[in-house]
Amino acid sequence: MSDTLSELSVSLWRGTEQGRYETYSVPQRASQTVLDVVTFVQRHIDPTLSYRFACRVGVCGSCAMTVNGKPRWTCRTHVSKVAGGGRLEIGPLQNLPVIKDLTTDMEIFFEKWQAAKGAFAPTKTRHDPIAQIRPDTPARVAADAGIECINCGVCYAGCDTVRWNSDYLGPAALTRAWTLVNDERDGGNTARLQAISASGGCHACHSHQSCQELCPQALNPTASIAGLKRRTAVAYLKGEITS
Amino acid sequence: MVHRLSGLGLAIFLPLHFLALGLAIHNGAQLDSFLRWSDQPLVKLAEGGLMFLLTVHLLGGLRILVIENFDWRDGQKQFATIAAAASVVVAFVFLVRVF
Amino acid sequence: MNVQLYVWQRLTASVMAPLVLVHIAVIFYATHQGLTAADILSRTRGSIAWASYYGIFVAAASIHASIGVRNILNEWSPLTNRRADLPAVLFGLALAALGFRAVAALVLP
Repeated sequence: MSDTLSELSVSLWRGTEQGRYETYSVPQRASQTVLDVVTFVQRHIDPTLSYRFACRVGVCGSCAMTVNGKPRWTCRTHVSKVAGGGRLEIGPLQNLPVIKDLTTDMEIFFEKWQAAKGAFAPTKTRHDPIAQIRPDTPARVAADAGIECINCGVCYAGCDTVRWNSDYLGPAALTRAWTLVNDERDGGNTARLQAISASGGCHACHSHQSCQELCPQALNPTASIAGLKRRTAVAYLKGEITS
Repeated sequence: MVHRLSGLGLAIFLPLHFLALGLAIHNGAQLDSFLRWSDQPLVKLAEGGLMFLLTVHLLGGLRILVIENFDWRDGQKQFATIAAAASVVVAFVFLVRVF
Repeated sequence: MNVQLYVWQRLTASVMAPLVLVHIAVIFYATHQGLTAADILSRTRGSIAWASYYGIFVAAASIHASIGVRNILNEWSPLTNRRADLPAVLFGLALAALGFRAVAALVLP
């Protein structure tokens, strides 16, 4: 069913780091999302438009773009909520290199994930009994509050410190590090705390809270990073890490 | 951002502040003549501005110390707005008193 | 070094929070009737209390401001990380020197 209400004036970024916004006219429909709009342009107006999406229902994080200046999941952004005066401006996520049009190169995002030691370091083997982890210990609650990250990059795109400090690991990588720091099965915490105390580590965060405001999963990286700041300070005073 | 700029403003102001106070070194006559100079309206206005910078930097700093050391999570962005508003009030009261 | 800088920054901030509140109160009190050198000096000359108070304040402010300036240089200028260290330290030392000189000027008889 198509309730055509009016026409939207949609500016899309075309090009790479160099390029320009080009404007397209898209019919507005009821319950339309920004992803619907981008898809319409690519299918009916200009097939050379490059963009990413996958699930289109808000579980994969692939469709994140800058919509009227803010990084958002386009599949979960209703046009009616953001298109003031029938205008939309859509660009690639900020703070990341642009491959083409609306797609960015996420490699640095994942490299920083690794650099923050965001990988689980096991201490048991398959021959050991399964670890009994209570879900209500403070550590597990803290870890659980951060594990739903799907690496969409919205926090990274919205972070002032990422923009100003090319070394900064970013809210997502540090949140993952925090969930592992709180995981009692993990054995890599000394190396991890050391890694996130390097230049560009958790101490570079200024607690602006853009990440927390923008995260579509309602995670709170500011709080996770604050936890890391406290943990590294204690570890430093105990001599477990050097910095 | 306000926090950073107010800090920068204060950092630039402080050496001048210390220099002015250092004028008291001999017997205060130099300090007195400086204080008379600073009685001008434009200077008082600048001083009001400095009071604002000081207060806003203090309140922004308290916000950070709370976020980073306590569990509280909601309403902290509003804290920033309240901090700015409170600083304006403080600076304004200062101005009223010195004019 | 980052952990240390972070801890010192937050620590000096915590120390200064009450000091700043007192300072603001002092400013309001002192400027109530117009400010003269005689007024100020009658309060501060020979006072151990004022010397300690402002001495601590100057020390904390010098550390706090120089770390803050280092962050600004690191993020907003081409001087990153280690190269921001020297200008920041020089700034901190200059602030401390001028500050202690001012305290001495007001307190020493």
